[in-house]
Formats: sequence, structure tokens, C-alpha cells
Amino acid sequence: MIGLFLQRIVQGAMVVLAMSLIVFVAVYAIGDPVELLVPGEATQATRDAVTRTLGLDQPLYRQYLLFLKSAATGNFGNSFVFNIPAIQLIMQRLPATMELALTAMMLAVFIGVPLGLVAGRKPHAWYSRAIMAGSILGFSLPTFWVGLVLILVFGVLLSWFPVFGRGSTVSVLGIETSLLTLDGLSHLFLPALNLALFKISLLTRLTRAGVREAAPQDYVRFARAMGVPPARILFSHILRNITIPIITVIGIEFGSVIAFAVVTESIFNWPGMGKLIIDSINILDRPVIVAYLLVVVILFVVINLVVDLLYAAADPRVRLGENRR
Amino acid sequence: MSVIAARPSAPIEHTWRLRFAAIREFALEFGASPTAVVSLAALLVLVVGAVFAPVISPQNPYDLAKLSILDSRLPPGTESAEGYIHWLGTDGMGRDLLSAILYGLRISLIVGISSVVVALSIGLILGLAAAYIGGRADAALMRLVDLQMSFPPILVALVLLALLGRGVDKTVIALVAVQWAYYARTVRASALVEREREYVEAAKGMRLGHWRILTRHLLPNCLPPVFVVGTVQISHAITLEATLSFLGIGLPETRPSLGLLIANGYQYLLGGNYWISLCPGFALLALVLSINLVADRLRDMLNPALAK
Repeated sequence: MIGLFLQRIVQGAMVVLAMSLIVFVAVYAIGDPVELLVPGEATQATRDAVTRTLGLDQPLYRQYLLFLKSAATGNFGNSFVFNIPAIQLIMQRLPATMELALTAMMLAVFIGVPLGLVAGRKPHAWYSRAIMAGSILGFSLPTFWVGLVLILVFGVLLSWFPVFGRGSTVSVLGIETSLLTLDGLSHLFLPALNLALFKISLLTRLTRAGVREAAPQDYVRFARAMGVPPARILFSHILRNITIPIITVIGIEFGSVIAFAVVTESIFNWPGMGKLIIDSINILDRPVIVAYLLVVVILFVVINLVVDLLYAAADPRVRLGENRR
Repeated sequence: MSVIAARPSAPIEHTWRLRFAAIREFALEFGASPTAVVSLAALLVLVVGAVFAPVISPQNPYDLAKLSILDSRLPPGTESAEGYIHWLGTDGMGRDLLSAILYGLRISLIVGISSVVVALSIGLILGLAAAYIGGRADAALMRLVDLQMSFPPILVALVLLALLGRGVDKTVIALVAVQWAYYARTVRASALVEREREYVEAAKGMRLGHWRILTRHLLPNCLPPVFVVGTVQISHAITLEATLSFLGIGLPETRPSLGLLIANGYQYLLGGNYWISLCPGFALLALVLSINLVADRLRDMLNPALAK
């Protein structure tokens, strides 16, 4: 277990290092980094100063080490627009994105898994077919388009939910959250549902496939022969056995939810880091873009690490396989 | 149909009849699913509409001289100044929405399909080579594929477009970068299986060249699964392009794709001019859904486990 842990940490560190190299090459080595880092209206004197500070007269590997050093201390320069450190700007927006992503994932689990259980138990019933047709629709509908329809229907036509921003927030341990106010929750619902839709479809299909695979197996037939009620077979026998793939997918998909938050945040004006990166790209706020990239890479590496460990903890086969080696 | 390449050359007329029979059988099997047939028909209508957009559409949406701001935001069914009817209304710039959608479909399809073709070719070459050569080259390529696939496509595309800037060529580059790994992995997986088959052994025994074995024996037998992945990927590529364009970092304003049309209509949505955003949205939806359903059918047909 510890060996696996160390191995994964080293792998993760390698990925972060590789990505930092790619970002470095893309932003600093291709094109003139001074052009990228200095606002257009800067004077020649400023340009020279920046060139010197960046150490552009030094060989490329020295430049990369310099970049690594400043990145390691969280120094990506100041945002051109907000004039505060880029990393600080992203950290301010991180809680809003996490809140949205977590809520979306919860919705996906609590809607998708039950739907999948229902559809898997009676695969040929009309409601199961309807659920599966709905899941194809959920896969095919582009996230941004669903967002628009949600805004149109629930925000404009029915006026049930607000469709703009985050609502009122409460500060818990220094982190602003809208989970604890009614206004905040009503602002959160539509964007979270929008973000969750794709994952609901995914979990529905996954759960259904798991149930169908488990149904003809001996332990299920045995339980049925013993007269265990069908609901109990479904929830305590089958569900327990398909939990592992579901947990894995939830972990893997959490990263993709954070990535897709970019779309949802832009539509619902949710003040998270996804909206920040789109705004930054549109106004070429390079320090923020670079900082965002590395923060997201680290986030992904951590998520993948946690998923791997959870997987090992949940499935004895993985754990034992590692020990035997 | 997957053994054609291994068969010794038959008389020409005989092969033709075989091919025809195979195609007929394929069509009949495909037609067994009504959903798939309807989807294919819808897809054909959309593709024909896109290809013949200049002929069908009542107005050239790129001709700025023809546009008048006075015609903007007319509801569907309004008669235009030139006598034809705006069946889907007009957008914020006074463009006939039906024409804009047909041209938008065209751009979306061109970007989607070309990115798939390029990415598929790259994945095909790399995947085949990795499986055939094996060893370090294979391991290195698969690490790269793993690394790429641990990041969601939208994030990779976003990053690339953030660094490259917006444009048709750049969007295609970003979409190719997102997709190639899927094909490389699929091709490698099937090539690894095919490599061990007798016909490859026989070809090696006949001392055919590596190139010949790769292109004439392995390649044709690795194609079916990768084509299925490719069909699904066209719809993914189109959705991703629409999303990126909607966010304002994909295609340029001058050639609006469906995503950009939806984005342009978004600002009028809250004011009640819903059709400007909804109509291109439905077009996009029909396109993506029909491709997905056709691809679903193809996948089921090529998967022997599901065939019964």
C-alpha cells in the first residue's frame, strides 16, 4: 500500500514537471516572452528591464530552472487586469468552482445511480427504455445548450430560479460559500444541474450495465432462490458489488466536471475560476492563464492519486496484487 | 468483411459480387433498427443542406452588403423585403437565420470532419507502428496517450486555443490534439491482436516486407473498430467546436459556426427573442444526435458480443 502510494506520488510529480515544461515551452519559448508578459503599451525601457529580470540572456535550461523556481513559490506575476498576484486571484475563485463541481457530482450520484438501478433491474420495461433514451439525449446535448434552455425555461418563462451569479454567501472558516443560504442554494441549483446532466447519463448507463452484468451471477441467483426480496437483492447484494467501478468513475469524472465548469460558469455568470480563465483568455491576461494551467494540472494529479488510492483501498484484488510484487 | 485482405486474389468479377453481397448484408442489418434508419435519413438531410447551402439558402449570410439592421430580430415566418419568407426569423444582425444555420452547419461539419480525418490518420500511423515495433517505442507512446487522456478534452483544447489564439486552422489543430490519442489507443489494441494471427505469420513466412505487411495485411484489419470510434468522434468534435466557439475562443466571427450563432443569440434570449439562439441550437442537437445514433448502431453491429 505504501509502495503504491509512493509510486503514484512520484508519477504525479513527473506529470506536473512534464506539464510545466510544456507550458514553459508554449508560453515562454515560442514567440517573444516579453511580448506575452508585458502589456502592449509598455516602453522600450520596461521591455529591457523585463528581459533582464526574466534572464533571457541566459541559456534555455537556466531559464526553465528560473521559471520552475518562481512557479514553485507560487509567483506567476501579477494579473494585468486586476493587478494582484495571479495565483491569489485563482485561489479566490477556487471555492466557488469546487462548490459547483461538488454539488453537480452529488446530483449526478443521487439521480444517476437510482435511475441506473431501475433501468438495469427491468431492462425491457417501457420506463427503462425511456431512461436509456433520456441518457442518450443527456450524452448528446451540448452542456452550453442545456444551460441556455434551463435559463430560458426556469429563469425567464417560469421565473423559478435566479440565473445570474452566486447569490448571497456566508463565510465559513474564511471560505465564502453559498451552500448555507437559501438564496445561495437557489442560485446554485440550475448551474449544478446543468453541469451534472452529462454525468447523470454516464452514471445511469454505468449502473445499468453493472446491474445487468451482476444479475445472472451465482450469488444473485442463490439469493433469489433463498427467497430474499428483490429490493434487498438489488440494494445490498448487487449495489455493493458494483460500487467499486462507480466510485472510480466518480473520481475520474470529478476532474472533468471541474473542466466543464468553464462552460457552465460562463453561461450562469458564476464567479469561479472557469469564468476567470475564459475572461483571461479573451483579454490575453497571460500570467493568469499560466497560473490557472499549473493549478489545474496539480489539481488533476491529486484527484488521480486519490482515485488510485481509493481504488486500492476498496478492492482487495488491487491491494494484494501490489503486495505480491 | 474483415478478412478481405487475407484472401488470395480471386477473379475480378467474383470479388465484385462478393463485395456487393457484403454491402447488401450490411445495409439490411443496419436497417433492422428503425431508430438508426431515421437518424441516418436526418443526418443525410442535414449534410445535403450543408453541402448545398449556397443553392438552398435564400440569402448569403456572408454578404454584409445585403444585410440591414432594420431586418434584425424578426420573428419566424416574417416576409422579407425581397419577398421570401424568413422561416426561422432573423438574428441580431438582420441575417436570415435559416441561411445562417445552413452555412453554420457547413462550417461545423467541415471543422468536425477534417479534424477527425487528420487525427485518425495520425492515430492510425502511430498506433500501428507502436504495435508492430513494440518495446520501448510502444511503451513511450502509450505513456503519452495515458498522460493526454488523463486530462478532459475540453481542458486540452482550451489550453491550446489560449496559447494559439482563435481561428479555423487553430480550432482544427486543437481538436486534432484532443482526439489523436483515442485512435492511437484503439488501433494499437486491435493491431496487437491481429499481429498474432496466422495470416500475419504466413505473410512473414513468405518474407514479405514490413511495409507490405503493415499496409496490406494489418491496416485493413484494424480499420473497422477505429472507424466506429471515428464516427462517434465526429459528433464529439462538433460539440467541442461549438462549445469553444460559444465561449468565444474557437472559430472567428466572420464565419459563424452553429456554436457562435447560439452565442450571438444568447444576448437576446432574456429579452424574449428566443428563436435566435434556439434554432441553431436545435440544428446542432439534430446533427449531434443523429450522428450518435448512427454510430451506436454501427458499434452494435461490429460488436459480436451484442450481435445476438
